[in-house]
Amino acid sequence: MTVMSYLGAIGAAQREAMETDPRVIIMGEDVEANVYGTMGGGKSRADKGDFLQLFGASRIRNTPISEEIMVGAAAGAAMTGLRPIVDLSYSSFLYMAMDQFVNQVAKNRYMFGGQASLPVVFRSAMFFGLNTGAHHSDRPYPMFMNVPGLKIMVPATPSDAKGLLRTAVDMDDPVLSFEACILWGLKEEVDEQEYRIPFGVARTHREGTDVTIVGISTGVHAALQAAQKLEAEGISAAVIDPRTLVPLDSETILRSVARTGRLVIVDPAHTTCSAAAEISAIVAEQAFDCLKAPIMRVTTPDTQIPFSPAIEKQLYPDAAKTIAAVRKTMDARARAA
Amino acid sequence: MTRPNDLLIEMQTRMLRIRKFDERASKMVKRGEIPGTVHTSIGQEAQVVGACMALAEGDYMTGNHRSHGHPIGKGAALGPLMAELTGKATGVCGGKGGSMHLADFKVGSLGESGIVGSSIPIATGAALSSKVLGTGRVALAFFGDGAANQGCLYEAMNLASVWGLPIVFLCENNQYALSTPAHTVTAGVIAERAPGFAMPGIRVEDGQDVLKVHDAVKTAVDRARAGKGPSLVEVVTYRFNEHSEGLRLGTDYRNPAEKEAWMKRDPVKLFRAYLTDNGITDSAALDALEAEVTAEVEAAVQFAADSDYPDSSVAFKHLYTEPFGANL
Ligand SMILES: Cc1ncc(C[n+]2csc(CCOP(=O)(O)OP(=O)(O)O)c2C)c(N)n1
Ligand SMILES: [Mg+2]
Repeated sequence: MTVMSYLGAIGAAQREAMETDPRVIIMGEDVEANVYGTMGGGKSRADKGDFLQLFGASRIRNTPISEEIMVGAAAGAAMTGLRPIVDLSYSSFLYMAMDQFVNQVAKNRYMFGGQASLPVVFRSAMFFGLNTGAHHSDRPYPMFMNVPGLKIMVPATPSDAKGLLRTAVDMDDPVLSFEACILWGLKEEVDEQEYRIPFGVARTHREGTDVTIVGISTGVHAALQAAQKLEAEGISAAVIDPRTLVPLDSETILRSVARTGRLVIVDPAHTTCSAAAEISAIVAEQAFDCLKAPIMRVTTPDTQIPFSPAIEKQLYPDAAKTIAAVRKTMDARARAA
Repeated sequence: MTRPNDLLIEMQTRMLRIRKFDERASKMVKRGEIPGTVHTSIGQEAQVVGACMALAEGDYMTGNHRSHGHPIGKGAALGPLMAELTGKATGVCGGKGGSMHLADFKVGSLGESGIVGSSIPIATGAALSSKVLGTGRVALAFFGDGAANQGCLYEAMNLASVWGLPIVFLCENNQYALSTPAHTVTAGVIAERAPGFAMPGIRVEDGQDVLKVHDAVKTAVDRARAGKGPSLVEVVTYRFNEHSEGLRLGTDYRNPAEKEAWMKRDPVKLFRAYLTDNGITDSAALDALEAEVTAEVEAAVQFAADSDYPDSSVAFKHLYTEPFGANL
């Protein structure tokens, strides 16, 4: 085990994948210069571990600022024998390539009756919470959950990021990885050996008996802080991170809700049609009888993200909002009793 | 360029296949035997076959909604194509693609696209894997004059040029995008956009002549295979039928005199005359070939008719690799 940051863990997974399989290539804007720190080494070509030095210019490809062709060409390359990792830098830039994501990447395997495989990973960072304004602060994974054919990972910790990304690269389906920028510096002990985390298997961070808190991306950390504070008040909260939204491990969530009877979902996406909305619907449909209180969503309100530090942070889910939501679900039982 | 006689006969064979297949498909749409609609390549056979036959067997190709000609030109079997048009389980895509989304990976056909321009990046990616893996394959992207105004083409041309990718961008300029005359929405000449991306741009003015198309595309393919990067080839041609079968656009959008002049330049007839005039074969042999192709198309129609529809569970297959849930 070694201490790795979230970003370092992503870099480690990319390096492992590049070393193991010559069909893996990395393409994206500014990847050669390691601008975002996931490309090994440091900031100099001479630094040890520099990807360009290790793997060469044929496999580490700087692209023009042309997201549509980056995504489409990666799809075409994946259909013909490569296993590209595309670094799209900010998640807000995915929209530039929406046609390729929705009409080609997601549909080609299906539409062509299984003739095509698309082993390709599209990485992007969600820069919300960092005063970058409305054009860089998106958390767009729910939009892509609405596109059958794509798989979606939302790692919340360094160890999950490394294991999930490794699986993603090995998988024959297209994967979108949404990485939260505010987690980049987060550090923990990570296994430096190769390991893979399966898609569709949630991670239960804490068991609990009074309420189930499902956290997504940064929401996991809000949920964990909330659970700790609630413990002091005698409320036992389970914290579950689905880790992948497609496929979604609804079973683990349903099993926990069957035990607690209460569900709070902490999801930094906009409220409407959020991942939280989908999970709420699944639980309402499949475990209605278990519920002792209405399901609560702790999400970002349906407004755009303002620039001013004075008014941005208030919008996102945090521990305090999560605690407030949990209290509401506890009160609901008190009312019902 | 000298070409062996059997190559010339094969060109005529493939043009005839497209012609007969599309004539049959057109009838079937009108009789309700093909659901939805189809876009035929009737009138554009020389442009399609000249391009496809400049490619090697292992080369890649993508196309658009005017779709049947491309895989046929690349050598795909007709039965599974026709079964796809009728939505049968034996269709080349198992009945999930239909006319606009044919693909036959066996012949390097990576997929037609119902979204105008959208398959161009896919061909570019195929050229990228050829380059990185060193397979020596070339990719060709078919797209219309309408698609020539999509931004993704220029992103693709730029990337292909800076990366030196083995790809041919092939613009099928049939002079109209649905009802819109190309010159009313297209600045300048499409082929002349190529130098701006540091690649050759070739315009084949007579796209009804299969040999002229073949020459131009072969030059571009050879260049790509030699590692010299991409080219843009614009082929001027004309579609004889409506934009799609059964669609009535009225008569105003195409000048009747213009249409008549182009209809006289039927690529299948022109090449038939070439083959006999040059003593490559005779009329009797060509009649026999035509009968053979007609029988081949009828057999494809029969194959489709005899095939079953897909099981309802197929609607849920091939979205992902299986199993979908927790997997490593
Ligand atoms: C992105 C997109 N916009 C519009 C359409 C509708 N549409 C289908 S074919 C077509 C005309 C295409 O013209 P062109 O590219 O010249 O091809 P042609 O039909 O002439 O072969 C249009 C507008 C579409 N399918 N996709
Ligand atoms: Mg056209």
